[in-house]
Amino acid sequence: MAVSETPPILAVEAVSVWLSGREILHEVSFRIAAGEFTGLIGSNGAGKTTLLRVILGLQAPQAGQVLIDGRARSHRSPPIGYVPQKIVLDPDMPLRARDLVGLGLDGHRFGLPRRSSARRDLIDEMLAAVDATDFADARVGNLSGGEQQRVLIAHALISRPRLLLLDEPLANLDIRSEQEVVELVARIATEQQIAVLISAHDMNPLLPVMDHVVYVAAGRVASGSTGEVVNTEVLSRLYGHHVDVVHVNNRILVVAGHETAVHHDLPDSAAGST
Amino acid sequence: MFSGFMINAWEAATIVAVVAGIVGFFTVLRGSAFAAHALPNGAFAGAAGASLLGVNVIVGLGVFALLGALTIAGLGRRARHDVATALAIVMMLGLGSLFLSMTTEYAPQIYSLLFGEVLGVSTGELLPTAVIGALCVAVIFVLYRPLMLSSVMPDAAEARGVKVKQMDLAFLIVIALATAAAVPVVGSLLIFSLLIGPPAAARSFTDKPLHAMGLSVAVALATVWTAIALSYLSNLPIGFFVGTISACSYAAGRGWMAWRRARTSSSGSAVVTNLVQT
Amino acid sequence: MTALSLLAPVFEPGFFSSPPVDIALIVGGVVAVVSGVVGTFTVMRGQSFAGHALADIGTTGGSGAFLVGASPLYGFVVMNVIAAGVMELIGIRRPRGRDLATGIVLGAALGLAALFLYLDTTTSSTTGATINVLFGSIFTLASSMVPVIAILGALAVGTVLLCFRPLVLSSLSPDLAATRGVPVRLVGMAYFTALSLAVSLSAVAIGAILSTALLIGPAATALRLTKRTGTAMVIAATLGVVATWTGVLLAYDSYYWQPSHHGWPVSFFVVALVFVFYVVVELSVGRRSNRRRSVAGAGTA
Repeated sequence: MAVSETPPILAVEAVSVWLSGREILHEVSFRIAAGEFTGLIGSNGAGKTTLLRVILGLQAPQAGQVLIDGRARSHRSPPIGYVPQKIVLDPDMPLRARDLVGLGLDGHRFGLPRRSSARRDLIDEMLAAVDATDFADARVGNLSGGEQQRVLIAHALISRPRLLLLDEPLANLDIRSEQEVVELVARIATEQQIAVLISAHDMNPLLPVMDHVVYVAAGRVASGSTGEVVNTEVLSRLYGHHVDVVHVNNRILVVAGHETAVHHDLPDSAAGST
Repeated sequence: MFSGFMINAWEAATIVAVVAGIVGFFTVLRGSAFAAHALPNGAFAGAAGASLLGVNVIVGLGVFALLGALTIAGLGRRARHDVATALAIVMMLGLGSLFLSMTTEYAPQIYSLLFGEVLGVSTGELLPTAVIGALCVAVIFVLYRPLMLSSVMPDAAEARGVKVKQMDLAFLIVIALATAAAVPVVGSLLIFSLLIGPPAAARSFTDKPLHAMGLSVAVALATVWTAIALSYLSNLPIGFFVGTISACSYAAGRGWMAWRRARTSSSGSAVVTNLVQT
Repeated sequence: MTALSLLAPVFEPGFFSSPPVDIALIVGGVVAVVSGVVGTFTVMRGQSFAGHALADIGTTGGSGAFLVGASPLYGFVVMNVIAAGVMELIGIRRPRGRDLATGIVLGAALGLAALFLYLDTTTSSTTGATINVLFGSIFTLASSMVPVIAILGALAVGTVLLCFRPLVLSSLSPDLAATRGVPVRLVGMAYFTALSLAVSLSAVAIGAILSTALLIGPAATALRLTKRTGTAMVIAATLGVVATWTGVLLAYDSYYWQPSHHGWPVSFFVVALVFVFYVVVELSVGRRSNRRRSVAGAGTA
């Protein structure tokens, strides 16, 4: 729990976002340290995607700021690896898995792709890291959901980011694929010292590997370790009405209780990072 | 077939096919079929107006096509832009018919602007066509990587610093210019099939993006050359051959894909996806 | 100065006594009503591109009919019914794939139309095939066509009115309609029959490639002004009739205009008026709703 001297990889400071006249996020603050595995947990519509978009620079906040590596987010910030939730991959599209990964390396630069053995080797390395070598030359549109996801992860990793953002990667997967993806991401994160921010509406698949939770509800967040954040007291305050946090067989369930108005302000200990 | 005035036809058609193959690759990738159909109709009005005013037809084509691209890009933010685009298309066609009704060559001109004309490009128009074509191809090559990224993963592209909206606008402008250059040869109603037929066919035969683009150019060239030859020999309109051959190549591509899929699934291989194309 | 003499400059001499004008007004009126009624559903179902493609495909039928000496109307109807039926059967799969396939078919159909029109002009003595099929023949229709058009128009409107409630429900939400026991497939086919007829009639009046204007323009305008389907249908039909009759009038007058005394095409006027109505309503309604949004602040979606 020592305070590190290097700046956190990611610092979100008092970010507020309004969309279509509604406040989606209210003064959200949290930090992610280097190499930390963080779960961004919240139900659908809680504001997770909006928060991720703000971090990536796709959405400008009405208030607050985002710091990457200690400096304000700009186009000069170090790259953040981004695995989007869903992209349209038509089986008719002439694009192989290795082409998609290659786009992650230099897709933002002008001109035609440069062919070099170094580039090809790097792509092969990334594909191997996500166990996608078997279908490296197949069309991305023909791959299964889980296979496509691994290719998208390789695409995000090839730019050697220090922070990897995954938007609801577990949403449409069966239980076994869920486990595989979580194990894969955790392994890569440890091997390559990458911080991970993974959004999900169910925190249970992430419990074994999560260092840190950022829990989003009603436009506000509570951030800290699982024990600090995911308990009846803190979450009830967050939601603004009573919820029960139930532990069943190593799984955590958050269950809505009867309506009781609870004050929104959170004690400082739950609002800061570990 | 290869003498004198026909040389213009071959040269113009070759330029048009190369441009259509390259621009068409991205048109099909991005699903911009509607824009590719709408913009030439605007160009039609421009050509008609230019013809009325006695100005170089390519200029009229280019100006109206560019205006169309900017309009579609501008309207893109409003809801129901498919209605607006459809109305704009029809308005342009109506304007074009008005302009042409004021000239003396009403019916023949309408026909050749809509359905193409083998001798549609005069020697004086060959150079502007080539310049516009070269410009379109150059823009596509320069923007190749960011355009690919923003077409496949727009959010990821934006996060990497690619200005997706600018890519969208640039591409619309390229379609506008490409179709404008092609209208005199292929006709505004049929340039659309040259833009989508060859690339749709090409991507059935290869998984690699750049190979697909090259194959798209090859198919477009074969289409246009065959159409010119047949049109010259039979006197039947070139647009008829372009439309028919495009449909046939598309059908051939789909047939090949279906056969390939049937073959791999019947072989019992669990990983259908392990296909390597040379 | 009586009111009538004030109106004189608007109506050029002979307007009210000219048989082709009478035919044009009747046919134009019928076509406008049919297009407005059917087009309301086309716009509600978001099928503007499909309607446009259908009209273009009809070109093949019209030009083919010319070739065998039949009236283009029958060619339009046959071609449109077949094409519409095929489209409905193929259904909605991946939107991108569907647009591509539609485009390919469109290209082939237009290519065929090019062929037919070419043969029309070279084999027969009629030179007007291209203009007729593409831009309409409302001033040159034989009076014997009028009852045919009226009957087909009544058929189209009747089909829509018969299926009114199921049609509204399945246009707004096919799944909801299915759970309520609406035979969605059947209603869809009825709608497509009405659509084919509407597009064919409109093609006769203002041309195959322009017929989309009467189909979706007044309907889209009406739907900007009201959310109620029945009201929208009435407004759309009215706007269509106004545009068509004014178009006929202006086209007639244009023969007397300087300097060419050539006459402007009817189809141009109709399309231009439809377009202007749409833009005017779109801009004024848009501005009103923008003002409302900025005043309301938080709370409105």
